[in-house]
Amino acid sequence: MTSAIASTVTLPAPATGQAHPSLWWIYLIETKSEFLKLFRSPHYLVGVVGFPVMFYLLFGISLSRNSGGSITAAQYLLASYCVFGVVSAALFAFGAGVAVERAQGWMSLKRATPMPPSAYLGAKVLSAMAFGTIILVLVGLCGITLGGVHFPAATWLRLWAVLVLGCVPFCFAGLIIAFTVPPTGAPGIVNLINLPLSFAGGLWLPVDMLPKALRAITPALPQYHIGQLALGAIGAVETPDTLQHVVALLVSSVVFGALAWWTWRRSDQKA
Amino acid sequence: MPAATAAVASLDGVTHRYGNVEALSGVTFDLAPGQVTALLGPNGAGKTTVVRLLTGLARPTRGKALLFGDDPQSAPAKRRLGVMLQIARVPETLTVREHITLFSSYYPAPLPLADILRLTGLESVADRRYGKLSGGQQQRTLFALAICGNPGLLFLDEPTVGMDVESRRQFWDTIRTLAAAGRSILLTTHYLEEADALATRIVVLNRGRVIADGSPAAIKGQAAGRQVRCRTRLGAQALAALSGVQRVVPEEAGTMLLMSSDSDRTLRELLARDLDAHDIEIRGAGLEEAFIALTDADRKTAVA
Repeated sequence: MTSAIASTVTLPAPATGQAHPSLWWIYLIETKSEFLKLFRSPHYLVGVVGFPVMFYLLFGISLSRNSGGSITAAQYLLASYCVFGVVSAALFAFGAGVAVERAQGWMSLKRATPMPPSAYLGAKVLSAMAFGTIILVLVGLCGITLGGVHFPAATWLRLWAVLVLGCVPFCFAGLIIAFTVPPTGAPGIVNLINLPLSFAGGLWLPVDMLPKALRAITPALPQYHIGQLALGAIGAVETPDTLQHVVALLVSSVVFGALAWWTWRRSDQKA
Repeated sequence: MPAATAAVASLDGVTHRYGNVEALSGVTFDLAPGQVTALLGPNGAGKTTVVRLLTGLARPTRGKALLFGDDPQSAPAKRRLGVMLQIARVPETLTVREHITLFSSYYPAPLPLADILRLTGLESVADRRYGKLSGGQQQRTLFALAICGNPGLLFLDEPTVGMDVESRRQFWDTIRTLAAAGRSILLTTHYLEEADALATRIVVLNRGRVIADGSPAAIKGQAAGRQVRCRTRLGAQALAALSGVQRVVPEEAGTMLLMSSDSDRTLRELLARDLDAHDIEIRGAGLEEAFIALTDADRKTAVA
């Protein structure tokens, strides 16, 4: 049995702890694991990839004909649903993912290993970016084949850059949720925050179609700023104030990052 | 414990509080290299807190925790350590192989994957997702994650909870293989049988204090307890009132089992009250009795 098997394994001298493993290798394997974990989770895949694609097919494609101006609904909604997708990808990977992994002791187990903490967070950020890319490819294919969307390569690239870089503040926002709400409630709380704020941030309807009361808070939402950058990238905003939106996202990254760090420390001290 | 060898891990005068609750009060002990130490104690005794402090998951409120003479949060110290935590569940959608590959990446010289699978008996399920494994296989996967970095020191927090008897025996064999290869092991357990079967040293923790520390034989001796078995017309209450009696267990066969710290006096008093007591049998206490006697005595001193 095991003892007989075990005796056929010759154990080398135990580790001395002085040598370093390759940091690149850790990041690579950690990101691959995180991505596979999310990719194989039906909840995540449906919620994060399925919804934007479905919304786009329902609203973007079916509305594509009744649009005036140079930008069609198929183009406009392609950008804003991709933003909705990547924001969800970040919020769920961090908000729900970290909360669950904390509750299951998975995070404690990893923290007891020599894993660099940046690998844990970095893998989740890179995975959210990868899902943002997948969403862009799928929604983009729908747009090209069914919505008559034709962008030059540079436009696609600009949109992609907005998605992968703009998701960072939402990763931090997710961390704050993970460290403050009870783990079983985290997925629900993420939905409760994500859906209304996406709406209020103009990701489902153009901002000038929103009720006036909502429009008052819209500029305070990072969803609005990443949305405007994405629309600017495809030329859907006449005179895009790119700098203002980039600064807004940077400021929210710093604020959310600091809050995430603080909530992490606070929950750590309670343990 | 050989004094000349440096401790692989140590707690020095450690007190740890969670809010107002004192989980550990002035705990001091060293783990010598190459030993299998069992940390034994009832629920809430502070066993898991010891593991959390020595793995750097918590910092002592007072006192010092050291891992290989270093801060338990330092990466070089952690590269020599393998940990199995009590309440760890790993993501269910990754396979055994993927989990081991991930954890192996954290260490500079991990064991070959094939060796890890063979040592833990997981070869046949290497490509199965964690969520599809049996409880015993999940425990063994967590054990595989603990040993993959080829650590010199292993912390195993209640490693065999949920295993059936056969899996537990197999697991013990693997622990013995690792111990024979010179690994130091700290094991927390509820199962006294497990401590007795594996440990070269037992540290008994109760209400956050070390109340006994020694070889299994010494621990059994320290309780100085004996089992007295007899048939008697005296009831359990009368028997409990006899000198030295710590516990009375009525047995199915109609015999009464007395756990006594002074079997001579117990016997004299028993016969003084019931001359007809018969089938009398006296035996040295097992580890379980020693454990109960030790924690009981500790509770009594606390009340007094």
